[in-house]
Amino acid sequence: MTAERTRRAVADYGPSAALVVLAVVIWEALVRALDVPHWLWPAPSLVAATLRDDGGLLASQMWVTLREVIFGFAIALAAGLGIGIALHISSTLRRALYPLLIASQSVPTVVLAPVLVILMGYNIGPKLAIIGLFCFFPIVVNSVDGLATVDREYVRMMLTLDASRWAIFRRVEFPASLPLIFSGTRIAATYAAIGAVFGEWAGSDAGLGYEILQAKGRLDTPRVFAAVLIVTLMAIALFLLVALVERLTIPWARGGGAIE
Amino acid sequence: MAAERSLAASAGSEARAGADSSIEIREVRQTFGEVVALERIDLSVAQHRRVGIVGPSGCGKSTLLSNVAGLLEPDAGTISVGGATAPRDRLARCALMPQKDLLLPWRTALDNACLALENRGLSRAEARRRARPFFERFGLAAFEERMPAQLSGGMRQRVAFLRTLMAEKDVLLLDEPFAALDSITRAGMQEWLLGALEQEPKTVLLVTHDVDEALLVGHRVVVFSARPGRIVRTLETDLPRGLPRREIVTSPEFAALKEQALEALES
Repeated sequence: MTAERTRRAVADYGPSAALVVLAVVIWEALVRALDVPHWLWPAPSLVAATLRDDGGLLASQMWVTLREVIFGFAIALAAGLGIGIALHISSTLRRALYPLLIASQSVPTVVLAPVLVILMGYNIGPKLAIIGLFCFFPIVVNSVDGLATVDREYVRMMLTLDASRWAIFRRVEFPASLPLIFSGTRIAATYAAIGAVFGEWAGSDAGLGYEILQAKGRLDTPRVFAAVLIVTLMAIALFLLVALVERLTIPWARGGGAIE
Repeated sequence: MAAERSLAASAGSEARAGADSSIEIREVRQTFGEVVALERIDLSVAQHRRVGIVGPSGCGKSTLLSNVAGLLEPDAGTISVGGATAPRDRLARCALMPQKDLLLPWRTALDNACLALENRGLSRAEARRRARPFFERFGLAAFEERMPAQLSGGMRQRVAFLRTLMAEKDVLLLDEPFAALDSITRAGMQEWLLGALEQEPKTVLLVTHDVDEALLVGHRVVVFSARPGRIVRTLETDLPRGLPRREIVTSPEFAALKEQALEALES
């Protein structure tokens, strides 16, 4: 069983892992062969050394950013689900709000960030707002779509079983839409870390985004790369966490068990 | 919670005690835009009698079941179920079993069977306690905690039927309940359905395009014409009950009735 799982894991993730290793090796070789200055484009070995030597500092900046990511993502999830469900329940609300929600995505959040800092100050507030704005949209859209595409036959079946509107929602519509809600949430998970970095760039005195700006100003490019690497790993970790929760919550959705 | 439970229990017993579960369909007409699906349908089904409805595809058989159940109001005509004519009241008296089993894939077989009880406000534990004994009778013992994906087609259909019965309605509307099954499983399910209905009589409308099934299950069979659906033939089956399915379907009476039904279908 364990051997089988190991074999499957190697088959699933082996090729992309090999590709990453290959890219790192080529990158290292090119930087050394061409003697690229480290402030222009540092070798992977130098980035690794930076991670080791500045580990304490980077870790403390990471906790700041991680806190923003977790709270911001939680807010986006709650708001996204809440708005999605509200839009599903009230068709008036859907007609009024849905076009505006889609339009809101054409407002560049990056431009909005400094305004939010002016409004909310140099605290965690603007970061949470920006992460929320980045992340809630895929969750709302997938919730609305998921709830709207539940097979009407299931709803009719529930009506003949004395179901109230609420019973239909919680016993059929909501569970049936979970696979789509989760795919929206997975997309949102990859945005959260980027949102935090943008938020910090707009105004902050700590965090990985702040550290990137500081290091860039000093032409300390290895540290920029190290911070970017941590941000990336953070996004991957959050994505995998959502995927894990999905597997545990809706095991029936794997293998085409979902209702159309 | 306790009040809610006793309320649900009394509502259930009231539905059972409500002696009249006859169906009266008068001059029903149903259109969808330009298309006339049903035209002047008249049909009475007495308490605990079973009527099989056969007809070509698209003749409005299923539409009639939606009409009776109160899910769809006809354009003209009246429908009364146990004396109730308002759609909501009809819905409260009818249980509808569709062709697809429509089991919820995230619920176990037992929890699927519990849906109606939970919808009426019973706790999950109480609903499970009440539904569990039926699994033995339905040939589903030891499959209570299986997920629908782990059940065979025939078993899924039996769970769906049990789910329909747990609604404790006196009127059963069956919409091609076994059409998705292979013919051997279907024959077994027909026999099993008859057995279940002998134990617990219901007023039944069975829509099917299997003439054998209609003759076997129904006390009466009505043949629908192609669109617009009209009743072109009514056959009283009057077949001996309680014999094995094989003996009934090979009897001369059965063959004669089938001949008449097929003739009406082809005309």
